[in-house]
Order: sequence, then C-alpha cells, then structure tokens
Amino acid sequence: MKENYTNIPVEKLKFAQKKDFLHDSKFETKPVSYFQGAFKRFCKNKGAVVAACVIAVLVLFAIFAPVFTPYQPAYYDMSYCFVTPRSNFFADRGFDFWDGCKVKNTNQVGYLKDLALSLETGREVIKHGDVTISGEDNNNYTYRYDTYYGVGFGKYKIISEAEFKDIQRYQDETGRQVLYPVVKSSERPTLEKNKYDANIYYKMENPKASVIKPKLDKEGNIIPNYWKHEEGKASSLVPEYTSLRIEGEDGVEEKGKTYFYAYGRKVDGGIEVRTEYYEYYTYLHTQVYKDGIGEPTFWFGTTETGKDIFACLAYGARFSFIFAIAVAAANFIFGVIWGSISGYYGGRTDLIMERITDVLSAVPTMIVITLLKYHMGASSQVLVLFIAFFATGWIGMSYVTRVQFYRFKNQEYVLAARTLGARDARIMFKHIFPNGIGTIVTKFALVIPAMIYSETSLSYLGIINLEAGNTTSVGTLIAAGQRSITSGAAYVAIFPCVFLVFLMLSFNLFGNGLRDAFNPSLRGTED
Amino acid sequence: MYMFKYVMKRLGLMVLTFFIIFTMCFVLIKLLPIPTNVLPGQDPEIVMKTLEGRGWITNIREGENGVWLYDRVPIFLQYATYIKRVVTKLDFGLITTYGEYLHMDIWDVFKSHMPPTILINICASLIGVPIGLGFGILAALKKNKWQDQVINIFIILLISVPGIVLALMIQYVFCFKLGWFPLTMATSNEYFTWPVFRTMIPAVVALCLGSVAGYARTTRAELSEVLTSEFMLLARTKGLTKKQAIFRHAMRNSMVVIFPMILSEFIAVLHGSLIIEKMFGVNGLGGLYLNSITFQDYDFFMMLSGFNVLIGLTAGIVTDISYGFIDPRIRMGAK
Repeated sequence: MKENYTNIPVEKLKFAQKKDFLHDSKFETKPVSYFQGAFKRFCKNKGAVVAACVIAVLVLFAIFAPVFTPYQPAYYDMSYCFVTPRSNFFADRGFDFWDGCKVKNTNQVGYLKDLALSLETGREVIKHGDVTISGEDNNNYTYRYDTYYGVGFGKYKIISEAEFKDIQRYQDETGRQVLYPVVKSSERPTLEKNKYDANIYYKMENPKASVIKPKLDKEGNIIPNYWKHEEGKASSLVPEYTSLRIEGEDGVEEKGKTYFYAYGRKVDGGIEVRTEYYEYYTYLHTQVYKDGIGEPTFWFGTTETGKDIFACLAYGARFSFIFAIAVAAANFIFGVIWGSISGYYGGRTDLIMERITDVLSAVPTMIVITLLKYHMGASSQVLVLFIAFFATGWIGMSYVTRVQFYRFKNQEYVLAARTLGARDARIMFKHIFPNGIGTIVTKFALVIPAMIYSETSLSYLGIINLEAGNTTSVGTLIAAGQRSITSGAAYVAIFPCVFLVFLMLSFNLFGNGLRDAFNPSLRGTED
Repeated sequence: MYMFKYVMKRLGLMVLTFFIIFTMCFVLIKLLPIPTNVLPGQDPEIVMKTLEGRGWITNIREGENGVWLYDRVPIFLQYATYIKRVVTKLDFGLITTYGEYLHMDIWDVFKSHMPPTILINICASLIGVPIGLGFGILAALKKNKWQDQVINIFIILLISVPGIVLALMIQYVFCFKLGWFPLTMATSNEYFTWPVFRTMIPAVVALCLGSVAGYARTTRAELSEVLTSEFMLLARTKGLTKKQAIFRHAMRNSMVVIFPMILSEFIAVLHGSLIIEKMFGVNGLGGLYLNSITFQDYDFFMMLSGFNVLIGLTAGIVTDISYGFIDPRIRMGAK
C-alpha cells in the first residue's frame, strides 16, 4: 500500500544501514587487464580480424606448402617451361579450369601437328577435341591446348643400353608406353632445326621445308612413317625390344606382309629413342631420381626456365617470413634498448644518440647492401641482406621507444618507483616499457611487411639473388613473371603478386587494428 | 633572425651528415681490390697509367710474367685528390667497367640520363598531386558519405598494394592486353614528340598512383581536422559562404602540412625510381644506378650514391624549413 507523506513520521523513520558498516561492494564483473581490453577492442574491428585470419593462412601456407610439394626451388625442367597451372582434381573431371590447358590460336599446320600428337599417344592434346575454325580462308584454329601433353616427344634422345632395358622393364611392370617407334633417319626432315624433332612421325609434304606440314591421305588422315621391318629381318641398327608395342603383339599387316616397328636406333654412345616426355618424366622421377615426383603436375604452372611456381612461392614465402621476423626481432631488441636509453636519460646522451641515428637514417639501404655485397661476395647474400636491414632498420623502432619513454618518464608513478629505491634499469623495463609496449608492438607488426617488401623489391631488381641456395624470393618470381608477359604467360606473375598483395593489405589492416586496440585515443588518425 | 639561425644549423648538420656518409662510402669502396682487369685489346700499361693518373695507385712497375705491380696511395690522399677534382673540375672520373659507356666521363653520362627521369617524375607529380588533393578535399567535405567511403577504399588499396604489383598490372593490362602503349619506354631523345611521349605514359601513371593515394590521405586527414575547428564556425558567422570559408581558411591551414610534401616531392624528382625504371625500361638515372651496381663500377656508383644521398637530405631539410616559412607560428627545433 502506498501512502504519501508530507513529513515522514518519526516512527516510520529507519536508518537504512544502522548496524552494517558501509563496505565497498565487490565488483561483480571480472577485471579487464590492458591486454584483455586491447584484445576485446581488436576483435570488434572486423577488418583487422579478417586480416589476421588472412595472415594466418599465409603463414600456414609458408609453413606447410613446402611439405606438400615434392618440388624444390632448385628444380627445373626446360621441357616443361611455361606449362599452365594444373590441378588433377579439375583436370581429371574435364573442367575447362585449372586443367593445365591454354587457349591456342594457330593455323592448319600447327593444328595438324597437335592432332597428330594426340592421335599417336591417345592423349587429349586438344581438349575434348573441340576446335573452332574461323578466318577468311578457314585457316584460324582455336582450341584448348594441353600444355603438358603438348610437349609430346620433344627431341630424339640418346640413352644408354641399360636405360633402354630398364624402361622396357618399367613398361612391362606398369603397362605405360614410354618408348614409341622411331622414324628412319633418312626419312626425317633435312633442316637442322627440324632434324631432331621427335614429334614428326608422319610422312611430310616437303622434308626440306622450314615448317613441316604433314602429308594427308585421301581421307585426310595422317600417314605414320615408322621405321618398320619384317620379323627377323631387322636392320642391325635396330636394338632388341621385347616390351609393349603400339602396333600390337602380332605386328601390322601391310600388302600381305607382317611388319614390326623399330623402337630405337643404335648410334654412337647408346640408343636413339623417341620417348613421350610425359611418361619419360614420370619414369625418370619415380624410377631413377626417386625424389617423390610422379606425373608432372604443377599447381601454379612453371616459369620460363621450367621452375615450379608453387614450390618457389612456398619456399620464397617461408624464407620471407622467417627472414622478416628475424630482422624485425633483431631491430626490436636493439632499437628498444637504444631508444629507451636515449629517451630515459635525455639531455646530452639523448642529443648524441639522436645525431648518430640522424646520420644513419640518411644512409640509403641500397648503398649499405651494395657495399656489403662488394665486400662479402655473392655467396652470403642472406647475411648481407640481414646486416643491411638491421643497420638502418632499428632506427624506426628506437624512435618509437624513445617517444614512449619521453611520454612516461616524468609521470608520478615513475617518481614513486624512484622514491622507493628502484634502479634505472628496473624503472625502464618494469615500469615504463610495459606501458609503451602497445605502440612498440604495433610498430613491430608494421615492420614485417615493410621488410618483406624491401626484400622483394631488391630481389626483383636483381641486387640480391637468393637463387643460389635452395631458396628463392617472391621478387625473383615477379621479375620472371614480368619477363613472361610477352610470352602470354600471365599466370607466372599472378601468383606471387596475389601473395604479395594479400600480405601487404592484411598486414596493413592488422597493424592499424592493433594500433587502434592498444591506443583507443588514436583511433581514426592516420600514421 | 631566429629563422636564419635555424636554417644555418640545419644546413650545417646536413653538410656534416653528407660528409660522414660520403666519406664512409669512399673508404669502404677504396678498401676493395682495385679493378685492374684489362679488357681484350687494351694495353695493360695504359690501364695502369690511367689508374695512376686518377691518383689511386703509384709506383707502377712491371713484375714477372707480365704481372703489374703497384703501391696503393693512402686512402686519405686519394680522398683529397678526389674532392679536389670534383670541386674544381666536376671531374668524377671515367667509367671503368660499365660496358655500354666504357671510358666515358661519368658526369657526361650522368647528365645525359637525367632528362627521362626528371621528365617522368615531374609529369607524375604534376598529374598525381592535383588529383590526390582533389580526392582528399572531396573526401573531407563529404566525410562519412559514400563518396568518402569509395575514396577511402581506393586509398587503402593504392597504399597497400605494392608499387611493384601496380606497375606490373599497368604494364600487363595497358601495354600487353590492350596494346595501347609499348611495353617499354623509347630511348629516343625527342621527349616532347607524341610517339616518344606516348611510351612514357605507363611509367608516369605507375609513378603517380602512389602519390595520388598519399596526398588524398593526408589532405583528407588534415582538412577534416581543420573543418571541425572553431575558427571555421567564426568564418561562417562573419558571413562567408561555405566555399569561401573552405578555400580561404580551411585549405590554407591544411596546406601547412601538404605544401612541404609537394615541395620535397618536386626535389625528389631527381631520384629515379628503381623499380619503375627497370620495369618500363626507362633510360634514366635509376637504370644507371642499378647497372653501376651490377657492373661494379666503383667510381660511378660512388658518384650516384652521393647524388642520391644529397637529394634525400635536401628534400628533408627543405620540408622542415618550409614549415616555418609557411606558418610563422611553427618554430622548428624550438625548445
């Protein structure tokens, strides 16, 4: 029941807390430390969280990608230069995407060559066999061309007799055709540049021509021109061959006689053979080198020298991260010590130390690197890079630390600590440094991408060459990509560029997020 | 008077810094083995005599097996000779290993490569600065509206995407895919004719993208800060239109930060951008510097390094001093 009183009657008056002492009630909430608060604020910044995830993905890529690929940065295979990215998942399911193919525009001769290759090996050199013919005289052929199978036979190869036998053994075991019949040497093209072209197994219109055009029969088919012999009547130059035959076990019937093809030709120093490079490659890597590489599958394609881009990028990224973190850590340690001494003591010490950093910061990194390179030689490029980045890199860190020390050193709590007898070192690293750590850590996070970018630019410019060891740099890849633009191989540049863009973008967002989280008052201001 | 003292102090420090850096560079280079390689068709005696004439070595004599022996001149003596030649005759020596310009005078080669670098950098600044300022002003005036957000996204993208990737994208899209421009810049000297100027455009665009982003960001930050200050309200209360208030009062104040940036940018046009010049085949100072490094042409490298350090220092000092001239309230270096 509610009553309105103008005056509270005496008997109704009660002290609220007559007996209880007035205690501060305990906080119901949990205490939020500086770092917890920073973490909370950081999590609210969606861009920064996404950036952190992207960085995590990139770091995981750098750590684990080298484990998953058998290729090494030092690996190269000139036969497979400029093959396009291929993933078996897409290639095997017949997608026109990430399948190691590219759109090829060519004339009739080029088309016939690819067609002949696919007819002989039974591989889809022309994807799905789909060809678009256009142009005024129907001489413009467009189709998806498989860059892996398109390598075909390459050139005639001379292998040893033992290898010849071993390949036969491999063929018998796996049922995969590596060796194909050869063409009699007198029936090959005559010009030097076409003479060793093992892709020409057919009859030609003109063996002396510069561009070899296959001769077609009345139905428009290609006529094979293998070196053949009757059973038991082989030339002494034909080596013994007991393995798989494309003509079948019983040979081919022609004009009432049974012929067998020759699978090699004895020459000085071994046997000249035609090997389908795709199978030969598989054979070489599984049987001879045993380096974990099976069929050629380059996830990101290859460069102009036949290097695997995926492996190069993975190892390059790994190197970049390790290197950047190592340099940043060295800079951090030295810069923080220098900056705290300079900032804490101030006065003349500060002045002298500042002049030293002034001079050092005016030295361009390029000069340091070049001079170090001249003095230390080309063999220790990583060390050169490390020293050069360290020599001028710590200045930024020391500057940030110095400002933080100036900010805090005259505050009352420092005075209190000193009054209680704390030594300088204790005040510096127990009392002042933890207060400025937010800003300093932010600087650390922003230094890493800058470091990676510097290293990338230097290796792009060719001043630093990390190819010497079994590593490489993203910059080297970008330089290769730029050279490949005119060859129409844009993918060489795309992957390292995408990596670099994601790295820089996410590190920038991440750094800004960190800064906002540690210093909420600075929110929104730039730099 | 205060300003004069400050400028003098800065200039003195700059000269000192330059002297220290250049001396270190000189000493470190002179500690390297002297390049006495004799090219085919060259008389070794002439090579030796040339080195002696430069003041690097002395007391040359022919030893056994055609090996030439010599004594090194002490480094500080070499340094004195070098400085004397440079100061009195602008003689930086000859090019010794850089094949293309072998035996040519360093200063002449340097001069002949200046125009392309300066030209593309000036074009890039002339295009980039106004566009950057324009975007920055627009973003500040329309703060938190869609225009601001679009510009902001562009700024973040342009700043975060590395210049190397941007340049490569420009080269791929405009030079290769669309075929509007050739892949590299022409080496002809007639820069102001259309066929040659056309070849410069991709490099100019690649160069100016960075400065567009930089200026837009700074202008936006500065101008939006000034726009919220009290004196803007006063200006409007006095009866100025919004336009007048912005251009006569706000812009002037935000220029205090932006103008020195522009000034130092125009000094730094002498700096060749190594990446852009390499990518677009610009026949300028950047490429020269790069080649002097790869060919290990010590004298040439020293000269170009010294020049770059000097440009960098000058740009820095001009920025600092111009603050004081633009805004008399600012007393740089004051206690």
